[in-house]
Amino acid sequence: MINPLQRLGASTLGTLAAMGRMLNFILYAIYACFRRPGHPRHILKQLNFIGARSCFVILLTAAFTGMVLGLQGYYTLAKFGSEGLLGTAVALSLIRELGPVLSALMVTGRAGSAITAEIGIMRITEQIDALETMALEPFKYLVSPKLIASILALPLLCAIFDVVGIWGGYLIGVKLLGVNPGAYFGEMEKSVEWKDVYSGMIKSLSFGVIIAWVCCYKGYYAEHGAEGVSQATTSAVVLSSVLILIWDYFITSVLL
Amino acid sequence: MIVMQELSKSFGRQLVLDRLNLEIPSGRITAIIGPSGEGKSVLLKHMIGLLRPDSGSVKVDGEEITTMGRGELNRVREKFGMLFQNAALFDSLTVFENVAFPLQEKTRLSDLEIAGRVGEALSHVGLTGVEAKYPDELSGGMKKRVGLARALLMDPRIILFDEPTTGLDPVISRAIHQMIRETHEKFGYTAVVVSHEIPEIFDISDSVAVLYRGKIIETGTPKEIQSSLDPVVRQFIDGSLEGPIQLV
Repeated sequence: MINPLQRLGASTLGTLAAMGRMLNFILYAIYACFRRPGHPRHILKQLNFIGARSCFVILLTAAFTGMVLGLQGYYTLAKFGSEGLLGTAVALSLIRELGPVLSALMVTGRAGSAITAEIGIMRITEQIDALETMALEPFKYLVSPKLIASILALPLLCAIFDVVGIWGGYLIGVKLLGVNPGAYFGEMEKSVEWKDVYSGMIKSLSFGVIIAWVCCYKGYYAEHGAEGVSQATTSAVVLSSVLILIWDYFITSVLL
Repeated sequence: MIVMQELSKSFGRQLVLDRLNLEIPSGRITAIIGPSGEGKSVLLKHMIGLLRPDSGSVKVDGEEITTMGRGELNRVREKFGMLFQNAALFDSLTVFENVAFPLQEKTRLSDLEIAGRVGEALSHVGLTGVEAKYPDELSGGMKKRVGLARALLMDPRIILFDEPTTGLDPVISRAIHQMIRETHEKFGYTAVVVSHEIPEIFDISDSVAVLYRGKIIETGTPKEIQSSLDPVVRQFIDGSLEGPIQLV
């Protein structure tokens, strides 16, 4: 009787402690971003890794997402005789929802996993301890540059995703299925508002925080050698992805 | 000087340090020896604040470090250098970048001055011509020497060596020990060397402490330790299978 209760209690306390540690982690990472000295070199390096080098996968994903939206959207709208609204449907779907979410999920899989693995390996090979023994702040070198780069890169990648996705929808809807090009862009221009754009950008920015936060945290506290790093990497990608989707719901309900 | 009093540390249910008391004198080489898995590296990490004890005190030059915040602890860490068991080189940086790292991040020296200091540090440890190599291109002994060069670069007053010769062949081990002795004589730092390389460690140490079951059971000069009649110390030094130290 006692043991299951003890286990439940221990498990609950352990979960609460882990949540508290995660919260402390992000708060200290944000604080470290504002502490001197700044490290523009490290931030640029991370911007290149998280942002520039994710472009190819973003372009590919965006193109095919737009194309499938064009295909599915056309056949759905055709049932109501509203094929002319295809541009609106594709644009609003991408700008408000699919652009921010899918670009964040792609970056999580590509850059987030690499971040966790890099920091995790540094942890198990005592490189983080070496930074501390040199009286240098590991957060300033490892975490804050990634956080800043993620916040800057995600909205930009989302914008690229939206544009390429809209052109993907154009390719299928207009060139393949015969939607009037004027209608495609004309209706889009009438329907898409500035609010749609900035709400997508705000989502992207918050997803950037989630990716950097979770992936850096999991790597920073990795242990038990190679298997521990592997588990941390998997856990980081899964947790980031789930949190992105959960947070997406809540932020959408606020922004709508 | 480093003074540790009534230091205790557990990891889960495993008690690693048990009300340990130890003083590290300034300006000398102190070796900490003991069977594998007794907590020598854990003890070393407490000296620089990489680990915080469950209870007890660690004082560095009279300052209690166990209750310090990050800023204060970083100030105390300026006195330290550390050579980790696997050198802990940054594997995405070259040898030059590894050694130059603390200078680039903490000083305003010019690139030329940094290059000069790095070259000098590498020559102290007998390594030249490897500046462009990455850590995975180096042998174990070379990595340790690069780690030592990086540790020496900021003129530390205290250097901690965590099993500096583990995994190295006897020739390289002797070279590393000799390097520690020579750089100690040249720069006059306080050295704490965790090792179980018996009897080589006695050749370079001024004092020795034996760690067993979470406590320092004996301290003395190398000669005193080597002639100790304590059964644990005797078994460890003789490398005998018979005695109180059990294989786990």
